[in-house]
Amino acid sequence: MPSLGADMERGRIVRWRVKQGDAVHRGQVIVEIETDKGLIDVECFHEGKVLELLANEGAELAVGAVIARLDVAGPLPEGTHDARPLPRIGGAPTDIAEAPATPRLGSPSLGERSRAMGGDKEGAFPGDRILASPLAKRRAAELGVDLATVPAGHEGRIAAEDVERAARAPATTQPSTPPPPRDAKEAMRRAVAAAMARSKREIPHYYLWQAVDVTDALGWLVRHNEARPVTERVLFAAVLARAVARAAAAAPDLNGTYDEQGVHASAAVHLGFATAQRGGGLIAPAILDAHTLDIDAMMRAIGDLVQRVRSGGLRGREMSAGTITLTSLGDHGVDGLLPVIQWPQLAIVGAGRVAERPWMHGGAVTPRSVLTLSLAADHRTSDGHGGARFLQAVERHLLHPEAP
Amino acid sequence: MTVSYRECCKLALRQCLDQEPRAFLMGEDVAAYGGCYAVSKGLLDLYGPERIRDTPLSESAFVGVGIGAAMGGMRPIVEVMTCNFSLLALDQIINNAATLRHMSGGQLGAPVVIRMATGAGRQLAAQHSHSFEGWYAHIPGLRILAPATLEDARFMLPAALREQDPVMIFEHIFLYNQEGELDAKVTAVDLERAAVRRRGAHLSILTYGAGVQKSLTAAEALAAEGLDVEVIDLRVLRPLDDAALIDTVKRTHRVLVVDEGWRSGGLSAELVTRVCELCFDELDAPPARLCTAEVPIPYPKHLEDAALPQPATIAAAARRVCGRG
Repeated sequence: MPSLGADMERGRIVRWRVKQGDAVHRGQVIVEIETDKGLIDVECFHEGKVLELLANEGAELAVGAVIARLDVAGPLPEGTHDARPLPRIGGAPTDIAEAPATPRLGSPSLGERSRAMGGDKEGAFPGDRILASPLAKRRAAELGVDLATVPAGHEGRIAAEDVERAARAPATTQPSTPPPPRDAKEAMRRAVAAAMARSKREIPHYYLWQAVDVTDALGWLVRHNEARPVTERVLFAAVLARAVARAAAAAPDLNGTYDEQGVHASAAVHLGFATAQRGGGLIAPAILDAHTLDIDAMMRAIGDLVQRVRSGGLRGREMSAGTITLTSLGDHGVDGLLPVIQWPQLAIVGAGRVAERPWMHGGAVTPRSVLTLSLAADHRTSDGHGGARFLQAVERHLLHPEAP
Repeated sequence: MTVSYRECCKLALRQCLDQEPRAFLMGEDVAAYGGCYAVSKGLLDLYGPERIRDTPLSESAFVGVGIGAAMGGMRPIVEVMTCNFSLLALDQIINNAATLRHMSGGQLGAPVVIRMATGAGRQLAAQHSHSFEGWYAHIPGLRILAPATLEDARFMLPAALREQDPVMIFEHIFLYNQEGELDAKVTAVDLERAAVRRRGAHLSILTYGAGVQKSLTAAEALAAEGLDVEVIDLRVLRPLDDAALIDTVKRTHRVLVVDEGWRSGGLSAELVTRVCELCFDELDAPPARLCTAEVPIPYPKHLEDAALPQPATIAAAARRVCGRG
């Protein structure tokens, strides 16, 4: 079960798009997984053949659980490049999930398990701990078994034998108690709450903001759109996204991630695009390789992404690969905002509304279209100096949307 | 040939007296009466009053004399009737015998062997039935032995007599009448290592003294239920054999300590702590303890039996640790 975003703990297999024996290709959508944030298409990261599917449709599993095995016997395709270690060649099965090495702890069913043992809310066992013997934990790590998927044994504690049984028959493994009924809205709120609390808890944010005169950029945009059919017109959001992506490509301290393993600067910019969902909630799927897109390609990417946020079909990688995020509340009349970084990213750019203001221009106070840009960044990896230069770079790119 | 544990103790004394001219036995009623548990019966006739010496009823005095004799070059074997009475000699044992090597900067030792009966099970009531070997096992400078088998009863004492520092031997009163075949191949034993008395795969019972027999009986009953129990006879309560603890826990991953001492602050607490410190990641269940009820040992037989670990209660505790209770 891949992690489709830092805030994801569990996912439900909705539909397999492949079956046992199928050949699969890197990038091919192989399974649809429902998370608290919606339905996501999960892609395969390997070339190979499906050896077996280990989770049934409908099964809800913790991140890291093995859902299928692949045979990656074939040679890797030309130009295959992946930061992760390459799968072993020579017929060794490999797990398709990019499973975190350590089992994720914490599921409601296990909380109930420990409460059943007599631990109350203030008791010795925090409600979300998985009770497992030291040996069981070691065996689980050795066998690659997610303890969250192992039914508890004697006294509500998982023993080594329980882990070994689960390892022998993973397909039939289910949480010992059914997950609580899903209220999509509540689940979304919970997911946002967990992600935001983590971000504010772990990331020392600093904030900068700057007013930018975008009158000329808007003028360019009007001219650019004049000759186009409605469906190809470019919105100011694309101008913003393009400017942030290009500035981020030159700011390694602000573009990347900072997780348990440390800082990972990213050469590519996968620009998270914060999008409100119908019915409430917020997700920020990434526009992949956003720094390479010109203004029209950016517009198409945004249109495609927003459409899929609303109707489903987001890719797993879009949910997990973001390196920096753009959030814009200008449509709602907000002058400016101090946003919260999407953990584990390093920075987020906020944009307020474009407002007509009396502004000094050419030595006189003139009505101009002014936008307040803000930056929230991780002070562990960058300082105000670098943040300020980044905002200036965003401004530069904003003012030249025509550059290829 | 069938021998009793008591006879093994006597054979051990005879070997010491025969082979070590500096050795002598002293204690209350050890000579004319033959020892309150009849271990030294007949030795007075064989070795005479110089080497088999009755003492006044003063543990502090005669244990002190033993320590002094050891410092003076003799190899005394001091018998204290029961470990309850040894409390009167605590000052001599702990402040003198155990510290001499340290206090003299290594110049002086007290190579004395102090034997005593320990434990309950023979309706001798609260002042003659307690188990204080766990207390003595707390003290640096002492080596604490708990012979549970005929071979250990037979050969621990001669080995102890060769030590250069004080050794205490706790003979369980329940064992004196136990009979069996003495293994002819065994002619000496070490004073270092714990022994695996029964191999098993599912649970390690750590025990000593009378607990070994009872645990073996429990293990046989459990084997019929498909529970394969390993029984570790600690033999040496100080210094503890850490390697043996690690070895057995690595095999079975579950631990039950059976200790006739009381539970609070006892040897069982030390054993469980060591298991957790030494091989936490091997554990598949919380280590458990079965100890004597925290009361003075009762006199009535049914209450005395109920207060002590018994094969049935050991088996029940073993099932619980293995998730079958």
